[in-house]
Amino acid sequence: MPEIVVEASRAIALGVKLCKPKVIPMYPITPQTHIVEALAEMINNGELEAEMIHVESEHSACSALLGAQAAGVRTFSATSSQGLALMYEILPIVSGNRMPSVMAIANRALSAPINIWNDHSDAVSARDQGWIQLWVESTQEAVDTVIQLYKICEDHSVLLPGMLCLDGFTLSHVYERAVVPEQEQVDEFLPEYKPYVKLDPEEPITMGPIAFPDSFMEFKKMQQEAMLNAVEKIKEVNEEYAEQFGRSYGNGLIELYQMEDAEHALLGMGTLVGTARVVVDELRKEGHKVGLIKLRSLRPFPKEDLIKATENLQGLAVIDRHISLGYEGPLFSDVRSALFESDLRIINFIAGLGGRDITQKHLRKALLSLKEGKEGGWLL
Amino acid sequence: MAKSDNKLKFSTGAVIKEPGSTLKNKTGGWRAMRPVLDQSKCVKCGTCWMYCPEGAIKKDDKGNFVIDYDYCKGCGICANECPVKAIRMELEKK
Repeated sequence: MPEIVVEASRAIALGVKLCKPKVIPMYPITPQTHIVEALAEMINNGELEAEMIHVESEHSACSALLGAQAAGVRTFSATSSQGLALMYEILPIVSGNRMPSVMAIANRALSAPINIWNDHSDAVSARDQGWIQLWVESTQEAVDTVIQLYKICEDHSVLLPGMLCLDGFTLSHVYERAVVPEQEQVDEFLPEYKPYVKLDPEEPITMGPIAFPDSFMEFKKMQQEAMLNAVEKIKEVNEEYAEQFGRSYGNGLIELYQMEDAEHALLGMGTLVGTARVVVDELRKEGHKVGLIKLRSLRPFPKEDLIKATENLQGLAVIDRHISLGYEGPLFSDVRSALFESDLRIINFIAGLGGRDITQKHLRKALLSLKEGKEGGWLL
Repeated sequence: MAKSDNKLKFSTGAVIKEPGSTLKNKTGGWRAMRPVLDQSKCVKCGTCWMYCPEGAIKKDDKGNFVIDYDYCKGCGICANECPVKAIRMELEKK
């Protein structure tokens, strides 16, 4: 498997192709478009045997995703920002019907003011809709994660849809070196899709029936159990992937960097983690005992792993690329809730909204502020 | 609390594998107005039977149309469409 230099969007498309989805509903939106463009090209060239559906909106894209998956095939789509917002009505229907569809979200700010650049407001806002969310840092991780996601989502202990979240432009449009696995290897890792149920006129079933107040809660509880099963499944698949392809990402849920003897650490998701690695290295050279926690899985949220990873820390700074207006960074809320029993000092920084660069300077300031006992705030 | 036929198993994704389960959910209880068909006025044209969105009007052995109150939700379309005004809507008294 040679390394190639590839745009992350194209690399995702190559990863998707290896997973052989049969239906790909697509609707263009910046900065996701390159992903579906590449897939359209592959279908046109006869390299991928799939049905491409030109839909009239993202609402229809998600509806077609659900319909095709219900008919018994593997599916894929991609979107960003307001496109994901327009899919919102269908998101919980896909997950409630327990359809293991996979989508890539090239994360982009939600308007207004209109802005096409990266932050995490689109997917983080959708975190309660029953989709697994894995957040990636690099092109290589994006390719590997799309293959992993199908395996995680389709497992019968899980059966939930999944989002591959990658930073719009900052990752989606960046050319990096990456290894794209061979088809035979992926075939071995990811078996052919066998639906647990499908719409079939020969064996009629009902999908999406009404659930009265005396049964609705049980179905939600089953979805929660499936999400909790996914905690283990994500770890397992990450390990299996490492065995077969030689690459893994922490334990699948979180990845630790320089945490062995760290006293203060940063926590974040996506490409800012790459910048943070450099900052941590530099501060280490200056004698600061600092580390980094990359959160890969926002849903399911790896509570136990975070508790363990932060046992010996004195302070943690959570970088949110989104703000729950009227409160605080939602990642910070989740992290602080998970670590409520510990004495750890946790502060929050809001950074990188609407494509504002998160530079080494910002993250250095966050770590040093934490160490000096200062409050969090906005990294403008 | 509105109730379903809770003998249903809690299947993954609420999938119902046996067709015909709708029959178990008797929806007549949703009715506020009850259609009452006066057989002496009825000309057996079948308009009510065609228009009923719930399939809650049936034809018996003698060719008379009868309303199935287990499933009639009381929408009143039959009464509205009846060309001889043989169906009147009465307030449901429970």
